[in-house]
Amino acid sequence: MSAAPAPVRSVVLWCPDWPVTATAGFEGVSAEEPIAVVEKGMVYACSAAARADGVRRGLRLREAQARSPQLRDFEHDPVRINRAFEPFIAALEEMSPQVQIVRAGSCALRARGPSRYYGGEHAAALAFLERFAALGVTDARVGIADGLFAADQAARLPGVDLIRIVPVGQSPHFLSGLPVQLLAEEELTALLWRLGIRTLGEFAVLPAEDVRSRFGEPGAWAHSRASGLDGTPVTPRIPPEVRESVTDFEPGLDRIDQIAFGIRAAADRFVDELAAARFVCTALRVELTPERGPARERSWLHPRWFGSTDVVDRVRWQLQGGSMIESALTSPIVRVSITAETIDHSSHHETGLWGSGSDERIHHGLSRVQSIVGHEGVLTATIGGGRSPRERQLLVPWGDRVDERQAAASRPPKRRAAVAAEIAPWPGSIPPPLPTTVFDRPRAVVVLSAGEKEVVITERGLLSAPPVVFSPDPGGRRLRPLEAWAGPWPVYERWWDSAARRRFNRFQVVDADGTAWLLALENGRWWAEARYD
Amino acid sequence: MTDAALTLSSPAPAGEEIRLLQSRIQQMQATKLDTRAVRTHPALESLLPGGALRSGAAYSVEHSTALVMALMAGPSADGVWCGVVGMPDFGVEAASRFGIDLERLALVPHPGEEWLTVTAAMADVVGVVVTRMPARVPDSVVARLQSRIRQREATLIVLGDWPQSEATLRITESSWSGIGRGHGHLAARQAMVSATARTGSGRPRRARLWLPDREELFRPVLEQAGARGPDAPDSVTPVRRLREVAG
Repeated sequence: MSAAPAPVRSVVLWCPDWPVTATAGFEGVSAEEPIAVVEKGMVYACSAAARADGVRRGLRLREAQARSPQLRDFEHDPVRINRAFEPFIAALEEMSPQVQIVRAGSCALRARGPSRYYGGEHAAALAFLERFAALGVTDARVGIADGLFAADQAARLPGVDLIRIVPVGQSPHFLSGLPVQLLAEEELTALLWRLGIRTLGEFAVLPAEDVRSRFGEPGAWAHSRASGLDGTPVTPRIPPEVRESVTDFEPGLDRIDQIAFGIRAAADRFVDELAAARFVCTALRVELTPERGPARERSWLHPRWFGSTDVVDRVRWQLQGGSMIESALTSPIVRVSITAETIDHSSHHETGLWGSGSDERIHHGLSRVQSIVGHEGVLTATIGGGRSPRERQLLVPWGDRVDERQAAASRPPKRRAAVAAEIAPWPGSIPPPLPTTVFDRPRAVVVLSAGEKEVVITERGLLSAPPVVFSPDPGGRRLRPLEAWAGPWPVYERWWDSAARRRFNRFQVVDADGTAWLLALENGRWWAEARYD
Repeated sequence: MTDAALTLSSPAPAGEEIRLLQSRIQQMQATKLDTRAVRTHPALESLLPGGALRSGAAYSVEHSTALVMALMAGPSADGVWCGVVGMPDFGVEAASRFGIDLERLALVPHPGEEWLTVTAAMADVVGVVVTRMPARVPDSVVARLQSRIRQREATLIVLGDWPQSEATLRITESSWSGIGRGHGHLAARQAMVSATARTGSGRPRRARLWLPDREELFRPVLEQAGARGPDAPDSVTPVRRLREVAG
């Protein structure tokens, strides 16, 4: 490792509290307020106002709320936070190619190019800051030093300077006064602390060979960073090739069929361009911008890949928004943007010479049905968890992905013991056989005792009288005697949730026709949940 | 031929064997020019005309979803896709327990006004279409759907009345076991199923079936004296107390 590359002069741009700034941006709150971005119940990042109240990273949310009563907390969403940083990277790439994203809110460039172009490192840093300010971030900071680590530390050094330049060759000196914790190697820094080594400079003076033999490769790398000799080059990202198709309507269109017709050519081109590059799109994002109000965006998956008619269908379904109304929209659409979210090599999706034909046929046929009744109209089923038969059946629109954990339970074994094992985590679920008709919505029914009185549950959980007559009609017509009945089987579900909590009693009854019913008695009213017919 | 000679040497199983072979031949042979037999659940073979479901034909079932599932179970086990149109109350979990492959099942619970279009589009691709007719359907629509079914060689199962059905299946009596007056729980059902064929003498065929039995299987009730123990409908399960469940 003696031939380690010399440290490269680097520029690091850093937006302080980027997760907070980004979250405040898409939640529509001011970044001046006390805000905390929370991950797993711990503060992940906080705004300056919150910090002034004593909120720190790593604090439990309860504790943070106690310190700062006005604190507004938001869940950490790394995808959106990263995506929000994307325009900044793109802006930098316009000014100087080869930008490396260190993390969301921080990026690095090689200093040589920009400093020659702008006539000096300070001028280049100013140009970058102006560009960021134009995009809305005024408190960004720039650090320039030999080596990425030193430049990063220079940018993050507390203080009022927005630009901090460490002169050439001064990086070791600059770093020597900083605490070892900045190495972000928890185990190592804890040990160094106990050894009495408090600053990077004290760590750097240790002989490199000894550090390597004692702490191994990670220790050696930390040592080279601490000594300002870190030769890690700036590895620029490859700007992603955006596969998208944007169609603008001027004036905006407010009829779904017009829009579908208007994007047909664009969808053809979108699919053809992908095909020409030997790609297929398996997931896409459709963004609809109306004249008024916020843009509506949604991701769509495809079980195979998107053809141009599929793309048009997805746009139409999104416009319909679940309803089947083909009529006018509330606000005219001015822009439809289709972006490929996942693309794959088309060679992975070629049709074989034999086989796979029938499934493809099924797929085309069901997609046709979907184009008639809408995306949510065609469903596939799997079995999930739950106590009532209705809860257990999970219906997923054709083409959407089933949650894998839920799908694991979809192939029930035949053996009774295995069935018992399968329903084991749901004590109190009804024993097999299962009802063949499961009502979409429970139906009101009437159950009467011998004296034609309503049967109810007493406070002791017993029946007021044995049920004798039953009517599947809420009005009580078509009364018929009961052959057999069993219950009550009390169920008390979700007692921890005041909104979703239910307490009821289940019954199975067999009427005189030999049809069996699964009934529920809740708050004195009888419902039929399912029928064994 | 040695196998045949061996089986012929013992007369009792030979008769059984011949009947089995005959029924298989009958199943595979087309009874009409343009229809083919579809794999059928063994419990229903004796009930259906020709001993099997046929592609390109329609069957109707009165009131019983369990019978519909029994009809679907045979083709589904053979890898045929099934489509269920206009039945939002179809019990999916029961279907999977009765041998219908959920990975080859598509549901359109609410086709609305487009019932005919959706059912016809389904018939284009799936092998078995299960549906319930909307309230009023003109005869011309029935004829169109019927010809589509015949052309695509799909099997149509209608819950309810269907004018051109090959056979109409219904449960004439049903008795549940395992449940008493205030104790036990539903465990098994014996049902007398009768089937009226469109053509033929008009006398319905009848069979006593478990729909389902204690193992959640469809099978004929064995009328042998020795097998009476577990099959007897009046063998009541011990009362199973269910405690209150929380969670």
